[in-house]
Amino acid sequence: MPRWGMLIDLDKCTGCQACVVACKQENNIPFSTPEEAEYGREISWMRVMTIIEGEYPDTKMRFMPMLCQHCDHPPSTKVCPTGATYKDPEGLVAQIYARCIGCRYCANACPYQVKYFNWFEPKWPEEMKASLNPDVSIRPQGVVEKCTFCHHRLQKVRDQAAADGRELRGEGDYIPACVQSCPTQAMIFGDLDDPSTRVSKVSKSPRAYRMQEDLGTEPKIYYLKEGE
Amino acid sequence: MKNPSAGDNEDAVLFQPILRTGRWFYIIAALLLSVSLWGLYAYTIQLRYGLGVTGLNRPVFWGFYITNFVFFIGISHAGTLISAILRLCRAEWRRPITRMAEMITVLVLFFGLGSIILDMGRPDRLLYVIRFGKINSPLIWDVISISAYLTASTIYLYIPLIPDIALLRDRVTGWRRRLYSFLSLGWTGTERQHRRLEIAIAILAVMVIPIAVSVHTVVSWVFAMTVQPMWHSTIFGPYFVVGAIYSGIAALLVAMAIIRKVYHLEDYIKTIHFNYLSILLLVMNLLWFYFTFAEYITTFYGNQPAEMAVFWAKVTGDYWFYFWAMVVFDFVIPFTILCNSLTRTIAGIIVASASVLIGMWLERFTIVVPTLVNPRLPWPQGFYFPTWIEWSLTAAFFAAFILLYMVFTKLFPIVSIWEIREGRERGVAEVEERVRSYLPGLQGSPGGDSGEGEPPRWGIT
Repeated sequence: MPRWGMLIDLDKCTGCQACVVACKQENNIPFSTPEEAEYGREISWMRVMTIIEGEYPDTKMRFMPMLCQHCDHPPSTKVCPTGATYKDPEGLVAQIYARCIGCRYCANACPYQVKYFNWFEPKWPEEMKASLNPDVSIRPQGVVEKCTFCHHRLQKVRDQAAADGRELRGEGDYIPACVQSCPTQAMIFGDLDDPSTRVSKVSKSPRAYRMQEDLGTEPKIYYLKEGE
Repeated sequence: MKNPSAGDNEDAVLFQPILRTGRWFYIIAALLLSVSLWGLYAYTIQLRYGLGVTGLNRPVFWGFYITNFVFFIGISHAGTLISAILRLCRAEWRRPITRMAEMITVLVLFFGLGSIILDMGRPDRLLYVIRFGKINSPLIWDVISISAYLTASTIYLYIPLIPDIALLRDRVTGWRRRLYSFLSLGWTGTERQHRRLEIAIAILAVMVIPIAVSVHTVVSWVFAMTVQPMWHSTIFGPYFVVGAIYSGIAALLVAMAIIRKVYHLEDYIKTIHFNYLSILLLVMNLLWFYFTFAEYITTFYGNQPAEMAVFWAKVTGDYWFYFWAMVVFDFVIPFTILCNSLTRTIAGIIVASASVLIGMWLERFTIVVPTLVNPRLPWPQGFYFPTWIEWSLTAAFFAAFILLYMVFTKLFPIVSIWEIREGRERGVAEVEERVRSYLPGLQGSPGGDSGEGEPPRWGIT
């Protein structure tokens, strides 16, 4: 059973937000208004956070792509009263929208704040509706949603591999939209348990770290620290 | 019982609220009803447009509704727990106050549950917690514990009501007579019925105590089982239980004062009742301070950055006002009033109790919100301002609670009539006998006509 994980090289991230746009487009993320976004209601499974260092004029801005960390010990799934959020056998932290009661307990328990709530009925401009992704369900008002590692793509490539009569490869077959869209190839994706994949090799680099490792959540998103 | 119907005029004042209703009742009820209906209107808006109409956001996913939930569940400890403890301790002074305490519990639990429903994004899926319930979630522990408490408390309210309902049955006509006949379960007051009643009450009183403790423990565990700063604390269980009993006693004292005044029950609810209960309030005040102090000083010495962000937000940051108001209302004001017998008058006790209620609401708020506003990772930084929807629904819940409580006093005696009579007829003799049994050389039994041959029991009077 593969253990899907991601690695983001912060040295290569230019903060271009292509991953953010790709994610929104791929996953039918509803539009928000500037006011709602200002109020912290915008949904964006992938977002590029900024860290500003130093005092003017000697300032430096660093970028930090943030998405669900797909923890091996997710604090959010433990507290879900209905099992709407759970960790699947391949390690993806998933959300069943039709079972979510909207208590937002998982969102509060997550130490990475990467769970999003549908405060309103989802909305798209009329022209955009034709471009909705038919592979991804639209979430109703009042449920929590989150990054799925583009789990619908996994289903597709798995079916494809089965049709071709071959094993699903630990790398190359299954790629989430954000990874695919990254122009500097700062992100790599694959099976962490397969020693031949790039992601499992690079994740052992001395530059590699995971967010808030001290919490024992065992995230499957690795970051490569920026060099000087 | 030697004197089951000692004249129809005895305790007449206890029947008065049920037999006669004045104009003021309707005026106040109409006011409360309009506030409740306003809340209902606000809720229809929330249902139609979603929780976006509240001030909640990411990362502050919980706000007023969850604060109210914790607060209401806390108040529920007024009743059943205190009444059960007093009964088990054979505290004779309990007699006029147990019913009003138990009624607070039963009613306020509905508003606690209601607060959860208000907070749900999908209230239509409420029953999923039963259909798909996962025992690993602290919210499911809440569901189990609170439903057990609600069931036990309702039975515990109802069983001691039966003899009083039977008394009422014989005094009214029309639909109420039919209602009371049904609810009194054929009570005629025989010795055998009384014995069964007492056994049932004794069993329930024992059962209800661990359930009550579990209720607020698991409410606190909703927070403590996460890793969020200043939620993830081992003392949260007992800390919340102490806070719950504290606010519960305060609510009971306020109810006692209002009922005594409105229904002219000065002969039943006396200064001594306020005094005894307020000493219990003082004890809880000190315990609450002890727990709060322990919680904050441990955090301060641990000096972990994530915890300290929340700590400073409360002590000097954006939430300083709520925090220090909590300290003043929850500790300084009630302590100053209650520790001095000159100020521990009925008026003083009411001020102290009202102050505790405000303070405990603020305490719940400063536990829920500042942690969410200051998450472990610096993005996103949160803020929270409740909207008129949340204010309206909060006001509506308080109004509806008071309204239903008022209606209850019009349907059932808010002071347990048969227990008062039992106190007169048996309690006095029993207590004397018990006190005699404590002392050497007084084995005689002048109050021997209580006749039950009951062994002396432990307890205070």
